[in-house]
Amino acid sequence: MLRNNRVVLGVIGADVHAVGNKILEMVLTEAGFEVINLGVMVSQEEFINAAVESAAGAIWVSSLYGHGEIDCRGLREKCYEAGIGDIHLYVGGNLVVGKRTFDEVEKLFKEMGYDRVYPPGTLPEEAIAHLKEDLADESATD
Amino acid sequence: MKALLIDFGSTYTKVALVSMEPPGLIAVSQAPTTVESDLMEGLEAALASFTGRQLRGVTFKRASSSAAGGLRLVAVGLVPELTVKAAREAALGAGARVLAAYAYTLSGTEIAEIGALKPDLLLLAGGTDGGNREVILENASRIAASALEMPVVVAGNKSAADEAAAILKGKVPRVEVTGNVMPGVDRLNVEPAREAIRGLYLSEITRAKGLDRVQQRVGLVMPTPLAVMKAGELYWKATGRETMIIDLGGATTDVHSFADGRPRDAGRIVKGPPEPPVKRTVEGDLGMRVSLSALLGVIPTGELAESLPFTLDEGALPAYARRASLSRDFLPGDEKERALDGAIAGAAIREALRRHAGSLTETYTPQGRLWVQQGKDLTATAAVIATGGALVHGRDPGALLRAGLSLGDPLVLSPRSPQIFLDRAYILASAGLLGETRPEAALAVLKDTLQPLGGISG
Repeated sequence: MLRNNRVVLGVIGADVHAVGNKILEMVLTEAGFEVINLGVMVSQEEFINAAVESAAGAIWVSSLYGHGEIDCRGLREKCYEAGIGDIHLYVGGNLVVGKRTFDEVEKLFKEMGYDRVYPPGTLPEEAIAHLKEDLADESATD
Repeated sequence: MKALLIDFGSTYTKVALVSMEPPGLIAVSQAPTTVESDLMEGLEAALASFTGRQLRGVTFKRASSSAAGGLRLVAVGLVPELTVKAAREAALGAGARVLAAYAYTLSGTEIAEIGALKPDLLLLAGGTDGGNREVILENASRIAASALEMPVVVAGNKSAADEAAAILKGKVPRVEVTGNVMPGVDRLNVEPAREAIRGLYLSEITRAKGLDRVQQRVGLVMPTPLAVMKAGELYWKATGRETMIIDLGGATTDVHSFADGRPRDAGRIVKGPPEPPVKRTVEGDLGMRVSLSALLGVIPTGELAESLPFTLDEGALPAYARRASLSRDFLPGDEKERALDGAIAGAAIREALRRHAGSLTETYTPQGRLWVQQGKDLTATAAVIATGGALVHGRDPGALLRAGLSLGDPLVLSPRSPQIFLDRAYILASAGLLGETRPEAALAVLKDTLQPLGGISG
């Protein structure tokens, strides 16, 4: 039982990689989530506006083109300003360019306020399992 | 079988006498609107120009009205770019004048502002279906607790709408729940709200404005802008040609587009909130008479001077604006004034189109150059129907409209090579009124009366 099954999904910044976005929409929908898919080239404001109107439980941010660090910075702070500071933020893809280990990248994005960070090649099922955990209704008894 | 179609405008009461069998226009007439006394007086005066013989056999009467301020509405939503915009689109599509639009939880100051605006109606939206509930419920509570007294249409999150209505019940004269104007962030659903607004217009607002007697006698069924919009919708559906109406008025300029607005070129990315196929914009600062001073503040003076065959004296423009805005019946006196009026009209149309039509922006991404489209692509518009005093009384409305439609900006997605028509007899509202029940007759009247002014070569 989930207390909220709505997820805002999109590819952030000037990134137009559309295929992975469609796959994520498909698997999330199949897993029983209501997906608010904003597609490609999504700004931080668009993510937040959609999450506010739909009262979503999580925002899934994809970034494939290596500019993730610049594009993703400040989203958590803006969520606080918009009154949805406790929303779950997920991010995944080719988040940075250059020789950094994933541990460094994960640390960097967690410091930026993202709850879950995924390296390239992650299977959607892994992140979906986390989402079910994060959005589980703790007050409900099994 | 004949039909009598009446429009109580803010200045003139216009009447069209139409034959339904065979369909065609018999005659039109107009007289000043008598809003101070009784609207019926102005109507009687307009009818006096018809002969008794002409009026025999009238079996169908319908009227629209924009007198007494039209339908004045305040829209409330959650996020400005989403449900607030959706609520505005729905209200404009119902023929309303949107006095103000508010986002998020209403503040005390905003409630006081709404009170001062004295709207005829409030449209309360907020939250997609299953989405945010708190804000629409809080706004309903704040309206209920205030001294605000106007009918409310609730068109927000379906999971909160009934609760919001229950909070408002008994605190405002009437509450109507209808479908969410934005069921999902990528979907508009303005039709149910348009219908609900119209329903309240008929049952509550005409009475509040003292128009119920008029309603009984001549079948007052909708606000004028909605009748105009219905005519355009009918023309669009019947001809299958993407259509635009430009109404260059004394106080405002209305633009209606009838087109899905999707990109005409492959490879564009569409961004921004969804757009309605039937879209209306109202520009309160682009009017040729009452709002002329505001209009001159908006349009570039350089562009205006360039399109004139003579040099503009300093101070000539403000002086002209002062004289023209004093009276709604003002007509340019001499050749120079006519040229000036025409140049201003062209500039007003260009500005109204820039605001109504979608736009293209060039964006560079690591994957190369891209075009991003925001708003509606109206480049394939096949027919532009124009009306308004400055055009009808202009010396060469065709040339004026060609100038108005030539934006010279490839990044504005305005009509490129449409056929132009002039509504010289102010028949659009009448056709819209007739079209609801007799679409064939309405279409015949439109085709009869709209004057073709040629095309524009793209």
